[in-house]
Formats: sequence, C-alpha cells, structure tokens
Amino acid sequence: MNDIMNMNFNDITGDLLKVISDFDGGEFSGAYNIREDSQCAGRKSSPNVSIEPKEDKPGIVITVKPNTKGETVFIPACVTHSDVDDLVYNDFYIGEGADVVVVAGCGVHNDGEEQARHNGIHRFFLAKDSKVLYKEKHIGTGTGTGQKSIDPVTDCYLEENSRLEMDTIQLGGVDHSTRNTNAVLGKNAKLIVRERIMTDNAEVAVSNFKVRLDGEDSGADIVSRSVAKGNSHQEFYSLVEGNNRCTGHSACDAILAENGTVDAQPALNAAHVDAALIHEAAIGKIAGEQLLKLCTLGLTEEEAEAKIIEGFLK
Amino acid sequence: MSCERGIFTVLELQNLIWRLPDGEAIVNDISYKATSKLIVITGPNGGGKTTLAKLIAGVETPESGRILLDGEDITDLNITERAKKGVAYAFQQPVRFKGLTVRDLLILAAGERLKETSLCDLLSKVGLCAEEYIDREMSTALSGGEAKRIEIATVLARKAKLSVFDEPEAGIDLWSFSRLVETFEDIRNNTDGTLVVISHQERILSIADEIIVVANGKIRTAGPREEILPALLKGEYTCSCPKLSGGACR
Repeated sequence: MNDIMNMNFNDITGDLLKVISDFDGGEFSGAYNIREDSQCAGRKSSPNVSIEPKEDKPGIVITVKPNTKGETVFIPACVTHSDVDDLVYNDFYIGEGADVVVVAGCGVHNDGEEQARHNGIHRFFLAKDSKVLYKEKHIGTGTGTGQKSIDPVTDCYLEENSRLEMDTIQLGGVDHSTRNTNAVLGKNAKLIVRERIMTDNAEVAVSNFKVRLDGEDSGADIVSRSVAKGNSHQEFYSLVEGNNRCTGHSACDAILAENGTVDAQPALNAAHVDAALIHEAAIGKIAGEQLLKLCTLGLTEEEAEAKIIEGFLK
Repeated sequence: MSCERGIFTVLELQNLIWRLPDGEAIVNDISYKATSKLIVITGPNGGGKTTLAKLIAGVETPESGRILLDGEDITDLNITERAKKGVAYAFQQPVRFKGLTVRDLLILAAGERLKETSLCDLLSKVGLCAEEYIDREMSTALSGGEAKRIEIATVLARKAKLSVFDEPEAGIDLWSFSRLVETFEDIRNNTDGTLVVISHQERILSIADEIIVVANGKIRTAGPREEILPALLKGEYTCSCPKLSGGACR
C-alpha cells in the first residue's frame, strides 16, 4: 500500500512542525499523517506502515506490519488559529516483532481571543515482542489572549515481551494541559516513560498515570521532571498497580521558580507478594549549591539557573 | 610573577575575619602572602581551612580584611566576577545535578567547546575513562569518589590563574589519589598559575612549595615546605596521641 496525499499546509504549521517534529522543510521520510486545524494536510503510507482514516469518527488507524524494523512514523497535529476544538482518535496496531519510532508532536498557535485546543486520544496495541519509541513534543505559540490547550490521552496495551518507551516534552506556551496515560502490561512487557514539562505565567499542567502491571515480570519506569515558573501550577498523579511478580518505579522531580506551585500525589498498589514498587518525589527550588557551583565556573546566577533548567528538562 | 617553573599568581590575604552568626570567629585575622606555585593549607579539622578556601573563591564574604590577586583587590567581587578573574574552586562535597552531564560541566568550565581528545585528557588526569563517563549525568547515580574526581576535572578544565582545591583526596581511592598527585605536580611544573590545596595528605604536603598550617582560625605556622613539613609531622603526632609521648589515654 502506498497511499499518498501530498503535503499542503500553512506557514504556521510549517513553523510548528520544525519544533515538534524536527521537520526540515522537505518531506517526512517514511509514513506520515499531518493534521492541521482538524483536517488532514498530508498523508502517506509505506510498504510496512499503513495509515487509514477512521470511518466512524475523526482520526486514523496506523498499522505496522509484523517484523517491521527501523521505520519512523510521523503523525504531528497542529492548530493554527483560535476557535478550534480539535478532537482526534488515533489507533496504533504494532505487529509482532516490529521495532519502530512514532513521532507525534502537537503545536497550538493562537493569535485570537477564542480557545485553540487539540485533544488527541491515542491507543497503542503492541503485539508480542514488538518495540515502540514514542516521541512527543508539545508547544504553544502566538500572541492572542485565547487559551491554548493540549489534552492528550494515551491508552497502551502491551502484550508479552513488548516494550513501549515514551519520550514526551511540553516546551512551554501551553496554557492548559491535562495528560492522561494509561497502560496495561502483559508478561515481561516493559513501559518506560520520560516526561518533561515546563510551565510559566499562569499555565496549568496536569499529568495522570495509571499503570497496571498484570503480567509476570512486567516492569514500568516512569520519570517525570517538571519546572513550574511564574504563577504556573502543575499536578502529578500516578498509580502503579503490581498485580503479579513485577517491578515498578515512578519518580516525580519538580523545580519551583518564582511563584510556581506543584502537587505530586504518587500511589503504589501492590497486590502480589513479589511486586516490587518504588516511588520517589522531590519538589523544591534550585539548590543554592548548584547555582554556586556554576557561578564558580564563571556563569552569572541567571545564566546558571537557565543552564540547570535546560539540563533538567533535556 | 615568574619562577623557574613558570608564571605564578601572587595571593595575598590581609587580616581576614569570618564569624559564625553566634559570633565565633572561624577565620580569625589571617594574613599571608603566598608567592609560589603550589601552596598547601593543612591543619586540624574544624580549624578554618575550608572557610578560608571559600573566602578566597568568593563563596563566603569576609566580615573584614582584604584578598588580593596579583595586587588587585578582589574582596568585593562576587563568585562569578572572581571566576572571570581566573579563580577556580573545587568543592569538598561535589555538587550533583540532575540532567547536566560530565560533558556539559567540563564545557561550561572550559568556557568553550572541547574536542573529544581534550575531554579524554581532562578525565584521564583524574583517573577516569572518558568513554565511560563523559555522557553520564553528574547526579547521585555516581559514587562519591567518581563525583569527586569529576569535580576536580571541572577545575582543571578552567586553566585558572588560581585554583583552590578543598581536600581533593577525600573520598577517592588510592590509585586515583596517586594519579591526582601526579596531576598536581604536572600542573605545577608545566603550566602557569597557582594551586592552593587544602589537604591532610603527606604526599600532597611533600610536593608543596609552601605550607600554611591553620588551626583555631589562625595561622599556626607557614613557610617553605622544607622548613615546615618535618616539624609539622613530628608535632602533629605528639598532639594527636598522648600515649606516644608517654602520657595516658584521656
């Protein structure tokens, strides 16, 4: 299958794609689907990856053939003006033994007074022995007073011996985001999450994780790093359930600056005697000794703070 | 100023005083003019050595007194300004960073992009293999000894006029310590600049040009190594164990 719908999008989407998908102005290599203001702005399947529109509701179905190796699938979504409330349902079926990268950034640009929102509901079905690296960057831009919102939902179903690695980052400018990530893991399946969130001004970001470790020797490692500056507020909730012999680790590290606030409520639920679950949480401003150390290298306090935050969210 | 081993920086301390909030003087009127390449400050724990090092680096501010670097008064300069004047400081307890890698810190310290060979060279001076460490985070995942050696490497990367090391031997293994002593000797013999090393180690004392003994916030004695070291070792023995001089355990 080689379904091609040529790329046709506006300049704002072009700029957003550079940030969220490392788009270089040419064409994405491999299969892609570009969503712009609730419409499709380009789609292409590859011999091993098919992307088909859903018939019953907005969204696409991405099917990766078994044993597909080394392919990258791009599915960026952009909202480029106010008064858009985009809702999309994307399903990923990853075939047995496949090993692919999915790049799924989202940019919301708003120069107007009405809300601009993208709500992506993703479902991942990982077949036995498959691997996915899921990369997601979120950013809000524009000078309008209308709220910029991104509210992703990711439901993951990991079959035996599969592995999902989620590398997500919210770069700033998103007024409100609620991120819900749910996962159910089968035997020897692994979930790795690296989340980084930066908020400033009056932005609010909420992150909810619910992970069920159902399979024997399944494992989850969830690490969330966040920086709350200005008057922004973040909330982190996680629930890791160990229902079998398994390992679970979640960590929430937050840096506070100015009047930023963070709530962290981690929860562990061990329902099996061999469930080994750990949670770590640390919230505070940048340690004075870290600033001192970088100042002894010749940085000003402001430069040191910026460098520490840059490294923390890298 | 220059000597047979190259250019050194003249460090002059004038009547330095620093007190705890309760008024106790930790550095109590210290004056000294160091005119050599490798100065080792030693003395009993709690005597004021670390505070003195912090005062030189600008991490602490003296209540009174002056600090001069090659005749320039740097007392009122903050840490950043002193760093830019060529003062480097290795913390006794290395600072950990989530997210900043060894490479990040060495590049920040050098103030420029460093080639892989330079990074490798810097880490080998503290007994670490660049391949293994260069992209690791300087976080609590590193052992105390590893972090300490990286801390020292960040100071070596600065090629500073005046490098202050606070107990560089603390927490590192014997092999790495030997490598470190060689590195100090190498810097003394082959590069410009002055090293101030706070240490209790005889091997470091034995390569010093000058030794300053600080106790109870004051300089107990100071001068060329040849004069100070023999008496120092003998004296410290007698002080630390009364039994050795025929006394009884207290």
